[in-house]
Amino acid sequence: MEKITYPEIVDMAKVMRLKMLEISYNCTLSTHLGGGLSMTEMMATLYARVLRFDKKDPRWEGRDRFILSKGHGVLGYFSALVAAGVISEEVYNTFQTNESDLIAHPVMNLDLSIESSNGSLGQGLSMAVGIALAAKKKNAPFTTYVLLGDGECNEGSVWEAVMSAGQLRLDNLVAMVDYNKLQSDGAAGQIMDLGDLANKFRAFGWDAYDIDGHQIDQLVNAIEAPEVEGKPRVIVANTVKGKGVSFMENNNEWHHNRLTKANFDLAIAEVNLVATNPGEANG
Amino acid sequence: MVDITPSNARQWSRLGSRGVFGQAILAVAENYPQMMVMSADLGNSSGLDRFKKTYPDQFLNIGIAEQNMIGVASGLAKEGYNVFVTSFAPFISMRAAEQIRMNLGYMEMNVKAVAIGSGISMAFLGNSHYGIEDAAVMRAIPNMTVVSPADCAEIFKVVEAAAEFKGPMYIRLTGAVNNPPVYTENYDFEIGKAIALKEGSDVNIIACGTMVYESLEAAKILEEQGISVGVINMHTIKPLDTEAINKLIGKSKLLVTVEEHSVIGGLGSAVAEYICQFKDTPPQLRLGLPDAFGKTGDYRYLLEKYDLVGPKIANSIQGLLREVS
Repeated sequence: MEKITYPEIVDMAKVMRLKMLEISYNCTLSTHLGGGLSMTEMMATLYARVLRFDKKDPRWEGRDRFILSKGHGVLGYFSALVAAGVISEEVYNTFQTNESDLIAHPVMNLDLSIESSNGSLGQGLSMAVGIALAAKKKNAPFTTYVLLGDGECNEGSVWEAVMSAGQLRLDNLVAMVDYNKLQSDGAAGQIMDLGDLANKFRAFGWDAYDIDGHQIDQLVNAIEAPEVEGKPRVIVANTVKGKGVSFMENNNEWHHNRLTKANFDLAIAEVNLVATNPGEANG
Repeated sequence: MVDITPSNARQWSRLGSRGVFGQAILAVAENYPQMMVMSADLGNSSGLDRFKKTYPDQFLNIGIAEQNMIGVASGLAKEGYNVFVTSFAPFISMRAAEQIRMNLGYMEMNVKAVAIGSGISMAFLGNSHYGIEDAAVMRAIPNMTVVSPADCAEIFKVVEAAAEFKGPMYIRLTGAVNNPPVYTENYDFEIGKAIALKEGSDVNIIACGTMVYESLEAAKILEEQGISVGVINMHTIKPLDTEAINKLIGKSKLLVTVEEHSVIGGLGSAVAEYICQFKDTPPQLRLGLPDAFGKTGDYRYLLEKYDLVGPKIANSIQGLLREVS
């Protein structure tokens, strides 16, 4: 059995998966489970270890900025916020209820640490470029992180933003691509093949990492590698859509779907089997 | 604050709306160290050459990428910058319409989008470069303020007001070089507050942009024929100054809207949407550009062709006034 590194992050990922299944089931509506599950380790790594923030002061100027460009990935986002204690259980449980602040796409709300409104694909990186540029101009030491989906890289505006980040030498910007290779209608390779994403970014002057997006050590090493002066960083995280729930993995029916009681119970039981503490894993 | 004098007004008119925008933003920037001005590779065509040289750190050419420009501007605005983004009207208002909707409308970022050469002033560059639907598109987006200055002096006023304004705005610059001035002396300008230039009891004209001057010309012609004509400069298309319109409803046989924009969706539509809820309102004559991509020509030729010059506006008004009187 593979040795578990960073057990606290693995544990957080497990909590997040349980949490996202819970609100999906409780809201009785379809949710974007597949893409939420594929980004879980990335978000757990960010919120458990990487991002600098102050739970008591979500507007703290020095906080790292996080933008969810793949706006439909809210399950992976809100579950990280609640697991990290940034938002309360009470707020979290309002997901997809009338007048809630938490719906199927982020709605900007700094009090809840949600930096931007998203849902229209291909826009988050542009805003992240603007934020990172502002940080450079102000000599502010924070880092801007943005998570993109692979499907949204079909949008031309993503590549406008990629070009500009290279041109502006934004080495305070980290983009992560959830490369789960499935988009709304099916296999990305058949719809609009993105091929070697890391090299595409490299061609535009980025420092690119091509890793397994479910391996915490790979994520940590890529995010925390020494910065390359003048180069924005991209982490192309190869992932499995629906990761962690066997009947959802690589099954695009779970791109946006509703959980039955039977499915919910099955999924929760599976996630609960994941070993989290080092003793268990090494035993 | 800009000093409006007859000699300044003449000089600005010769310089034209783009050049004056460049001067205005240069003058205002001094007081706003957090100002950023962006262009999608049309800086020189937007009158920004001097700004670039004077404030190189506050200018950014983001390349020919309007969608990214709006997103980057919003990121800067989010971090406290006062951002002006510029491009030609169709490129900024329609190529990047959804970015404007998300960032300026939905998130209310403090970004002012300046549409250079809106209306038909692009002349032989053709319909690809005209701004005939931009006000319609921008006006439909929640939280947007839409402003269309009447002349070069008012471009100064609008840029001064926009620099102070916190929130998203679309500034629609019509006119080319040598459009005659409306204002030759100092006056008070406030976003959202229409300016009555002339009172009248038979006909009241509500105009914006270049059509304010032409409406005043039309009024002169009609006055000579004994028709009492009022003219209002409705420089802010959204939010519409409904109080100013209320004052006109009871005292007009005919309301007229005139704009260098399609008759669909602009100032005329905004006024019609407002007055249609009341009983006993006067009929409204909506003058503007036709809903068409026509053959093109030089700017003055096109204004004549589309009956958007003083004498022709007067003719159109006379025609309808006979019917309704």
